[in-house]
Amino acid sequence: MLLEKIKNLLNSKKSAPNGQSEAAVSLFDTGIPDIPQGYDQEKDVVVRLVGKKPTKSYRVSGIDDVASKNNWKAWLYLAPVVILVSIFLLYPLINTIYIAFAKEYSYIKGYGTGLTLDNFGVVLGLKEYVNASGQRATETNFVNFAIPNTVVIAFVTVPLSIFLALIIAVALNSIKWFQKFLQTVFFLPYVTNGIAIGMVFAVIFDKQGIINNLFHTNIAWIQNAEHWTAMVPLCIYIVWNSIPFKILILLSGLQGVDKQYYQAAQIDSASKGKVLLRITVPLLSPQILYLMITGFIGAFKEYNSIISIFGAPSTAGSGGASTEKNLLTVVYYVYDILEHDSQTMIQYAAAGAVLLFAAILIFTLIQSKVSKSRVYY
Amino acid sequence: MAKTYNNFQGQVLNQNITLSIKEAGKTVETIKKAEKVTKVISTIITYAFIVALALLVIFPFYWMIITSLKSLDEITGMSTGGRQTYFPEIVMWSNYVYVFQKFDFSTYMVNTVVVAIFSTIGTLLTTVFAAFAFSRLRFKGRETVFAILLMTMMIPGEMMVLSNYITVASFGWIESDSQTLLQAYACMIVPFWVSVFYIYLLRQNFKQIPNELYLAAKVDGKSDWNYLWKVMVPLAAPTLISISILKFMGTWNSYMWPQLVCKNEAYQLISNGLRGSSFTNADTGITEYGYRMAATVLVTVPLFLLFVFFRKYIMRGVGRAGIKG
Repeated sequence: MLLEKIKNLLNSKKSAPNGQSEAAVSLFDTGIPDIPQGYDQEKDVVVRLVGKKPTKSYRVSGIDDVASKNNWKAWLYLAPVVILVSIFLLYPLINTIYIAFAKEYSYIKGYGTGLTLDNFGVVLGLKEYVNASGQRATETNFVNFAIPNTVVIAFVTVPLSIFLALIIAVALNSIKWFQKFLQTVFFLPYVTNGIAIGMVFAVIFDKQGIINNLFHTNIAWIQNAEHWTAMVPLCIYIVWNSIPFKILILLSGLQGVDKQYYQAAQIDSASKGKVLLRITVPLLSPQILYLMITGFIGAFKEYNSIISIFGAPSTAGSGGASTEKNLLTVVYYVYDILEHDSQTMIQYAAAGAVLLFAAILIFTLIQSKVSKSRVYY
Repeated sequence: MAKTYNNFQGQVLNQNITLSIKEAGKTVETIKKAEKVTKVISTIITYAFIVALALLVIFPFYWMIITSLKSLDEITGMSTGGRQTYFPEIVMWSNYVYVFQKFDFSTYMVNTVVVAIFSTIGTLLTTVFAAFAFSRLRFKGRETVFAILLMTMMIPGEMMVLSNYITVASFGWIESDSQTLLQAYACMIVPFWVSVFYIYLLRQNFKQIPNELYLAAKVDGKSDWNYLWKVMVPLAAPTLISISILKFMGTWNSYMWPQLVCKNEAYQLISNGLRGSSFTNADTGITEYGYRMAATVLVTVPLFLLFVFFRKYIMRGVGRAGIKG
């Protein structure tokens, strides 16, 4: 016993901080076992001495944080995210799907009387519905305009913008002077307010505007335009707006390409077009695939550009007598109902949203399949 | 030293030139010369091409600025015989004066800045906590929770808008006759406090910080909380700055959600103000494009300033995030 006490005294002396007298240490001494401070690799614990009173001067800490498999503190850190995600992400997802399938859904009560596919039928124009004024009507906007517009926007703007972005990125990558400056210029469309620039496009494509002036035409592009004519400024605007991001991604891809491929092509004296098609494009295929998928998903969700250029989902403008909403897209259809008929027609908006979700889900699944099975080099 | 193709071997390395079968019969010097010419020509073509496209890309900005300085007669071609001018004949600074008087710029600006600041702070806090838990702490179900979060990234935000609209309505935040400014702010801020993608981004960043730092901090008696704020957050500062700027830009550009939830125009954000303001002459019914473009310039300039000062962070953030807002 005595021997141990002396040993402990010696140990506590060793660990006593500078300036603390031996007497003070021995006063509080109750026997501190010899535990080296620091990280103990064998036991996978961190040991340190804490507190001013030597009686409480050792504590093994860090076990909870480093080694434990179930750390309740982690859930404290996660709590805000878990709560917010449940309320604003997971619950809405389930709720939207429920509303889309709900029979006789009531906005005020928040539930329906059963499950049905009727809402989809109404949206797709297969079934009649009772509109706000109590009359029976058929929904034609979704099939006639929302789907074709969305599909056209997706299949025109995505390939076009990827193609343009690709040649701009290749050209930017091959130049020496002003490369950074030009790169910044091409990035500018990204840092703009979409609404503001859409309104500029409306001025450019005005009937008296610069485009008609340059080409000596007199086409109504915006106001009272033909349905498909109005798609021209719209698609140009979307391409203009989506190019910066694509250039950025492709350029960073290009900068990672091994120069040896190009030297090998030079030895074979391959033409520039051939180099582009046979070397650059295959090497960039992961980036191009990524841009295609994100581009299609983005195009499926297009609506902002229509609001910014036309101000309403119709070429007749919001003040027009025509109820034909010929510029609707799928997402715009959903928003249009929410803005104007959320009390009576929300279940149809939900059905439209579920259809969009299904389309996007299919695209995402294709992406994960393709990127796993096909690497082009 | 004109040597024919037949004995070019040995020249290749010295001259640093590559020869191929196509070039048989030519001398090294003519090949060199031809290559130089092609190189100069292709450089010129590349620059011409890229500068032309760059001009096309910035044309809308140019047109926005000069139109904002034109009179209505000049914009419609009335005073110029139907011709569009590339520089205003009379510079109308008065357009801007009019817009400042007519367009309630300050109200929308205050709303936008308040919403941007609070939604950014909230997002940063939740993102830092979650990323810390996912990257550094061990607990049961970590991978499951993270996988669920990642899966929610596939869901289009538009899908949730509809149901979130019902949710905020059930909170009583969007009563059309009694909505207060605070409720409108809450609608525009609270649902956007979590971004799964930013959590993912920051988690990757946190994971790169070596574990030894954590153990060292433990030995020094730092708690998890202290370690997070004193070590990890400063080390991940560039990512956090990128997130903040992208979030701010997102608020600046957001249109639909504020349009849906704000029952009073005075509560809306800058994009709504811009789109909603009708610079239409009450007498003639003609839209005053000059005023309208002056307003768009005023909305675009702050974003440009942000871009000038934070170019590095924006481009890096976009490169990795690939999403707006």
